[in-house]
Amino acid sequence: MPARFNITLCDGPSCIHKRSKEIVLRIEEELKKHALTDKVGINLSGCLGMCDKGPVMIINPGYAIYGSFTEEDVPEIIQQHILKKKPVVRFIVDEDHLYNRFFRVFGDVNFFGKQMRIALRNCGIIDPENIDDYISLRGYEALARVLTDMSPAKVIAEIKKSGLRGRGGAGFPTGIKWELTAKEKSDEKYVICNADEGDPGAFMDRSAIEGDPHTIVEGMVIAGFAIGASRGIVYIRAEYPLAVKRIKKAIAEARESGFLGENILGSGFNFEIEVRLGAGAFVCGEETALMLSIEGHRGMPRPRPPFPSVSGLFGKPTLINNVETWANIPVIILDGASWFSSLGTEKSKGTKVFALAGKVKNTGLVEVPMGTTLRQIIYDIGGGIPGDKQFKAVQTGGPSGGCLSEEYLDTKIDYESLAKAGSIMGSGGMIVIDEDSCMVNIAKFFLEFTQNESCGKCTPCREGTKRMLEILIRITEGKGTEKDIDKLQRLGNMIKKASLCGLGQSAPNPVLSTIKNFRAEYEEHVHNKRCRAGVCQHLLVYEVTDKCVGCAACKKACPADAVSGSPKAKHHIDINKCIKCGVCFKVCKFNAIRKS
Amino acid sequence: MITIFINDKPYQVEPEQTIMQAADRLGFHIPRLCYHPKLSIEGACRVCIVEVVGMRNYVASCAYPVSEGMKIYTNTEEIRRARRDIVELILDNHPEDCHTCERDGNCELQRLAFAMGIRKRHFEGEKKHYEKDLSSASVIRDPNKCILCGRCVRICSEIQKVNALGYAHRGFKTVVMPAYNMPFKDSVCTTCGQCINVCPTSAFIEKNFTQELFQKLGDKSLIKVAQIAPSVRAAIGEAFALEPGRQLEKELTAALRKLGFDYVFDTQFSADLTIMEEASEFLERFQGKGKLPMITSCSSAWMKCLEQFYPDLIDNVSTCKSPMSMASALIKTYFAKKIKADPKKILSVACMCCTAKKYEALRPELMVDGMQATDMVITTRELAWMIKSAGIDLLHIKGEEFDHPLGYSSGAGTIFGVTGGVMEAAIRTAYELYTGETLLDIEIQDIRGLKGIKEGKLIIDGKEIRVAVAHGLGNANEILSAIRTDPERYHFVEIMGCPGGCIGGGGQPYAGSNSMPLDEECLMKRAEALYGLDRNKTIRRSHENPDVQRLYKEFLGRPLGAVSHKLLHTHYSPKEPRGIVPAELTVK
Amino acid sequence: MATAEDKNINALKSFMQESKTKDHPDSQLISILHKAQELYGYISQEVMNEISKEMNIPTAHIWGVATFYHYFNLKPKGKHSISVCLGTACYVKGAEEILNTIREELKIDFGQTSEDNFFTLQEARCLGACGLAPVIMIDDKIYGSLTPKKVVEIIKSYKK
Repeated sequence: MPARFNITLCDGPSCIHKRSKEIVLRIEEELKKHALTDKVGINLSGCLGMCDKGPVMIINPGYAIYGSFTEEDVPEIIQQHILKKKPVVRFIVDEDHLYNRFFRVFGDVNFFGKQMRIALRNCGIIDPENIDDYISLRGYEALARVLTDMSPAKVIAEIKKSGLRGRGGAGFPTGIKWELTAKEKSDEKYVICNADEGDPGAFMDRSAIEGDPHTIVEGMVIAGFAIGASRGIVYIRAEYPLAVKRIKKAIAEARESGFLGENILGSGFNFEIEVRLGAGAFVCGEETALMLSIEGHRGMPRPRPPFPSVSGLFGKPTLINNVETWANIPVIILDGASWFSSLGTEKSKGTKVFALAGKVKNTGLVEVPMGTTLRQIIYDIGGGIPGDKQFKAVQTGGPSGGCLSEEYLDTKIDYESLAKAGSIMGSGGMIVIDEDSCMVNIAKFFLEFTQNESCGKCTPCREGTKRMLEILIRITEGKGTEKDIDKLQRLGNMIKKASLCGLGQSAPNPVLSTIKNFRAEYEEHVHNKRCRAGVCQHLLVYEVTDKCVGCAACKKACPADAVSGSPKAKHHIDINKCIKCGVCFKVCKFNAIRKS
Repeated sequence: MITIFINDKPYQVEPEQTIMQAADRLGFHIPRLCYHPKLSIEGACRVCIVEVVGMRNYVASCAYPVSEGMKIYTNTEEIRRARRDIVELILDNHPEDCHTCERDGNCELQRLAFAMGIRKRHFEGEKKHYEKDLSSASVIRDPNKCILCGRCVRICSEIQKVNALGYAHRGFKTVVMPAYNMPFKDSVCTTCGQCINVCPTSAFIEKNFTQELFQKLGDKSLIKVAQIAPSVRAAIGEAFALEPGRQLEKELTAALRKLGFDYVFDTQFSADLTIMEEASEFLERFQGKGKLPMITSCSSAWMKCLEQFYPDLIDNVSTCKSPMSMASALIKTYFAKKIKADPKKILSVACMCCTAKKYEALRPELMVDGMQATDMVITTRELAWMIKSAGIDLLHIKGEEFDHPLGYSSGAGTIFGVTGGVMEAAIRTAYELYTGETLLDIEIQDIRGLKGIKEGKLIIDGKEIRVAVAHGLGNANEILSAIRTDPERYHFVEIMGCPGGCIGGGGQPYAGSNSMPLDEECLMKRAEALYGLDRNKTIRRSHENPDVQRLYKEFLGRPLGAVSHKLLHTHYSPKEPRGIVPAELTVK
Repeated sequence: MATAEDKNINALKSFMQESKTKDHPDSQLISILHKAQELYGYISQEVMNEISKEMNIPTAHIWGVATFYHYFNLKPKGKHSISVCLGTACYVKGAEEILNTIREELKIDFGQTSEDNFFTLQEARCLGACGLAPVIMIDDKIYGSLTPKKVVEIIKSYKK
């Protein structure tokens, strides 16, 4: 007897943290109690992208998305929704939420709201561990079409015509990459899926693999056929165990079903995929480092040329695309290059997935057509800034990207316009920053990250980012000088142009873009020793105001013995002894400590 | 030919080469640091960046190929500033102790900083701080001086295939070190010293004995005896700004006496002696007594390599000590007796082109009557410094002759310093020992030159003898692997640890300001200096050396006899850690 | 009977045997290190020596790879990690004394793991609990206002 109801529970890390595993047990228990086990199916899906609403569960029919509930609420939801067919409204995620809209129009793949799901089309909809689910939504149809009706040249022509560009950051035209690799004559060629997503706060690739691993497999097999390769490798972070498990399962299932291995679908074409794990090195997202890592080396990028299309993995022609790029391939084959290229802007076609995070009401994954403005994403989809705070900046492209101020909010997102504005598309991190954040501190955060992830091979990145970081720390500690800002720019511009790989070439971006767009904040730190957001601890001054009743709580709490005063009299903070830990501020019950 | 533009001027150049190669040929010397023509392209230091029109970023000229119509700028204000900043960043993480550094005045980084016009410093901050590794008998490793150009890592893996060194950790914390940061002496390092040769700074440097030696030279109670290896005379002039290729044998002898040595002997004498023993040993093996092929044992880095990497081939290696150790053994026995001196009062100093000889001197197997035979080994570089420091005008000094009885050598002893030389010398003698006839055509061209592996055949008394010569431990690996699979392939094999043989030793003078270490032209000139000495000698066969003949008559008896066995032969045993030569892997 | 140690090394060896049957066996190094860490919890020099011999890869190279990737632990990790805050506030309030007490009690220094594999000692920059200085954190739990005596008691409570 087929299941009449279907419960899809988000299995992303954030939801796991919010006890989704325990919730599954509770649901099973509850279903058993009401003898519903046969009538209700339970799936786990990859991250649904509603991390702020976790745990998230979708019950169909009804397309009801439940969020922010606990195990205790499970019996009620099961009884009401499934037995009484009455959704429990108070747990249903906000009506206006983008996902709600998406699921309501599910089935109409043309256009829904401001989001448009191509790469993530199946995420949250299918059971990623069941190949039949994928097949039922036209999965592997593109591969079948390619193998039966199309020549390699025609496949490449189609990808070229679609205008698809690499979604990993640089935006190199995918079709041209395929063509270059196809052109090389070699006994062996490789197809690589770059799933070494490492930007802090970005999880597009993880979600895509966790939610729809087969589309990656299908995309890679199609590419293998197009360029004449028989070996594929998925290079994925070891830190993503669920994604690893699912892609491995998908590969095994695809092999069993004849979509991988020898003589695929009777076409005579052979293709195999293996999974290789990264081991915690951000730089391995750079293609030459990634290949060296697969070869068992330290992931230190090497100069190009030769390009991977000529001499890549094991010295053979190699095609590398990232997860999101692969996810687009089957759709382009199925729905046609003309349709795909009708989406987006003149030079950037299709959609782009962003991981929207930071000071924005709705956080999570957002897939929008190229050409959508930053404002639309942040305000229409993201719901704007919470708590009536002022928007200050949006950071795109992760540690390789830049911070854009309000004047850029109407920038239409594509590779060129973001670059022109001083940031990059990158792999799709998007962090909204409000007035409570200090731009110097933000720049420092990103530079700390890249500096820590520098492989150490080339001088500008290894030594230069270290010096830039030292200068930034100096500035946030109130020890900076006007010259320091110039030095940051001088070093930053040199590092950008002289570094060996993309990591170094983009490492200064967060600093350079914040200096460009928020120079006043740097100058305040330097000249006035002031941090307007009140973030840079060393620049804070703690004072006791007249509200002080002399309770001595602060005096007792101060670890540095900087507070003096007699009981019941106004206390005083010795700024020379004060270590700016903020304890007095926290313990004062009378709001009598002022920090400025 | 294609046309490229450098600084707006058109030039016709060959395609399929890098910008740096094309520029070099046109007379533009683009500054560089991590680049080395013999090693793989690293592209890491970024000092050799140039501007190419149409490229968003600078390109590393060492790695980027030229193409038709390419417009290159090598010296714009912007590129000069970027290069200067890059070198400045390197200096910012480098000790500021140039005036107390061993390489003061002879340091590539110092020269580069000067050439870049760094007069002010802008970015100073935290510097790295690591312990020096003083454990090795030969090579000191000072990571504080290291600028991470990686030449040492590459020469150790690509040319020597020893893989003692690698990068560890990453980013700002990257350090070049042996596995597990173990003391160098406990690693697979063969002490060949090629890392010193290619190091632009003094992150690798030989263990220095100059101060100690000056002290001992002033000790009146000691009898100070020196010996000089063939290659020292062929290269020391370079440390005095001479063009490579001028030998200073007699000047050196005079200088050593001026430094305070009582006797100056020639390692070439004991090279002749080595040939007597080694040729005899070979003929014994050839006639069925012992394993073939026989492999030479003069190179101490190769001996350490043998024990750690190829212990299965120990029985193939000649039991002859190196010429240095033979001479040292005789100095403390035969010579001591001759001058009626207490051998304990003799200070035996070897001036060598080699760093591994410092290690060899300490091998317990080489003790003679409970004494260390070679008390001290100094490299060509140390010797040059001592001569300068003592104010001796090496270039204008009046030449002097070596002392007897360990000072006279044949031309065969001279060519020991060049790859193929030991083999050539051995053949000159073995032929005659076996056939009783004199070999007339004694310059054996097949085994001369700088080809990595040289093979030859000769017929002795109707029997074919197949020989092979390898220099550099990487080339040696190829021959040794071949021997493992086909032990019959050769009868006699010469292996030298360093590229070019001893003339390219780890203790030779640093390359001058516009040349590179391991430069083949330089090595060829040093070789030619030795071949010239050989040609000009009337006695060119070791067995004809009258002093050698006298030595056998008065003291040793006969080659491979009991006294020889005690003083001139040694043995080897497998040692840990075991070295590994990977099949396909090279450090990238 | 096979000890746990034998079991691990046999598992690692058979994993390497299998790796050697693949194309480019050297390229399996990172997978092998993952396997070793999975079996042992960390990658010791002995294990790297074993990999070196079995796979014919120089130890300097393995060391280089193992230290490059931050996912790999080169030292054993204890069941609990103790982070001693050495931020300014804690330092002023006697963090050093606390640290020395822990060092003596467990006979370990920073980065080391006690012999019974119970604790790994780590250094922390400000844990953000200055009001409770001096503080330590064991796993996710913060202990504040410490004295040497209290620290010993806390450590003992974990051993029970």
